[in-house]
Amino acid sequence: MAYSKELLDHYENPKNVGSMDKESEQVGTGLVGAPACGDVMKLQIKVNNKGVIEDAKFKTFGCGSAIASSSLITEWVKGKNLDEAHSIKNTEIANHLALPPVKIHCSILAEDAIKAAIDDYKKKNRKNR
Amino acid sequence: MKKIKNIYFDYQATTPVDPRVLKKMMPYFGEIYGNPHSRNHSFGWEAEEGVEVAREHVAKIINANPKEIIFTSGATESNNLALKGVSEFYGDKKNHIITCVTEHKCVLESCRHLAGKGFEITYLPVQSDGLINLDELKKSITDKTLIVSIMGVHNEIGVIQPLEEIGNICRSNNIFFHTDCAQAIGKIPLDVDKMNIDLMSISGHKIYAPKGVGALYIRRKPRVRISSMISGGGQERGMRSGTLSPALCVGLGEACNIYSNEMEKENKTLAKYKEMMLEGIRKSCPDVYLNGSEESRVPGNLNLSFAYVEGESLMMGIKDLAVSSGSACTSASLEPSYVLKALGVEEELAHTSLRIGFGRFTTENEVKYATDIIVKEVKRLRELSPLWEMAQEGVDISKIKWAHH
Repeated sequence: MAYSKELLDHYENPKNVGSMDKESEQVGTGLVGAPACGDVMKLQIKVNNKGVIEDAKFKTFGCGSAIASSSLITEWVKGKNLDEAHSIKNTEIANHLALPPVKIHCSILAEDAIKAAIDDYKKKNRKNR
Repeated sequence: MKKIKNIYFDYQATTPVDPRVLKKMMPYFGEIYGNPHSRNHSFGWEAEEGVEVAREHVAKIINANPKEIIFTSGATESNNLALKGVSEFYGDKKNHIITCVTEHKCVLESCRHLAGKGFEITYLPVQSDGLINLDELKKSITDKTLIVSIMGVHNEIGVIQPLEEIGNICRSNNIFFHTDCAQAIGKIPLDVDKMNIDLMSISGHKIYAPKGVGALYIRRKPRVRISSMISGGGQERGMRSGTLSPALCVGLGEACNIYSNEMEKENKTLAKYKEMMLEGIRKSCPDVYLNGSEESRVPGNLNLSFAYVEGESLMMGIKDLAVSSGSACTSASLEPSYVLKALGVEEELAHTSLRIGFGRFTTENEVKYATDIIVKEVKRLRELSPLWEMAQEGVDISKIKWAHH
């Protein structure tokens, strides 16, 4: 099974690895997957007062495709507003990384993770208003 | 650290042919081309002699009589022939088979086939060290038990089953004992008499002979009868028809001959490598677990769980090392290994497992290099792992409600 150059690059040099303060009001955190299934993604976004994602970080337990999918989506969401980020489709990730059919679920997980992070951010900020 | 390209650490999957084995085989691809079953001219006799010398070598390494060895295409065929052959021959008298949940697929599938023909199968569980419980074995024996099939050395986790004890139990209950020794030949001392083994499957390509050849040992005293699976000219004492390939038989024979002389020495070297790697990894990485018994195992097999690092991503990171994944996520199924599951290894840990295999052509340098890269990659991937982060923060991962998908 040969992986694409894009995928290998994101696996070997993943972008935006790390964690942000999950208690911060500016930060939304999405934690999806399950260890027993072999993949867990933690994706965090930092949203500024204009509603734009100014930073994103991830940590992923999973195969190379899962790591690459999360690295890629953190790159894509930066600079987008929440609605734009919410509309990213897993198929765009799968196409960009040329994921083989057995790895499509990794891109779905990445889409779920960003949606979960956005939901978390919105929930937090609704409460505080 | 100088980069080494493509190092083979998958000796349980297959082994390269030893050059000494290949050298013995070569004439049988060329000038010695007779049919070993041709009885009336020198071309046949010459080929036959090569086959018979090979048969002696195979017999010797397990302390059998050459007449008790038949050549097959490999251990899968031998396992099929042993189980189906015995069952078909004696099936009208006894119809119960005992095997174990961690056996190779060809044993489990043969049993499943026989279950469809009316046989009762008991699948013994294994303990957390991968070994069967002898009391469980005794308890599952009935007066209908025909055969017990337990492998010698496990392909995935390298553990050694107590063959002599199992053989004793079988003999005293008048039950045949079959053992799949594909991974055991040349790794542990085997003696069919001392261990009361009635049938033993042998593979060529796990012991530096080519793929496509194996053998089945079938005891003559007391005699074990089998029905043949292949109809034909009655070669191999009527138990396995078809013209033998003298080259392949000679290869298997020479591979056994080499092990008869070198097993002890080779095991010492492999044990040294195993210790080097295990210590090297454990020294730098906490939370690495050895799967299967630490004492009752062959030195050439390290099956390790690297907690918090998914196995396939680790394999990608150490792509110059040819290892095998216990997570099986590389194959079409995303299920972790049925063997690790049987040991009670939790699924999340099974996903982090790799099998690293050493063999005759592994060098100390390669072991050192591999240890370094594995440590480096495990550390890198743990920095990427949310589970590692949680564990360091003291979060109990098992208490989190995960959404299974």
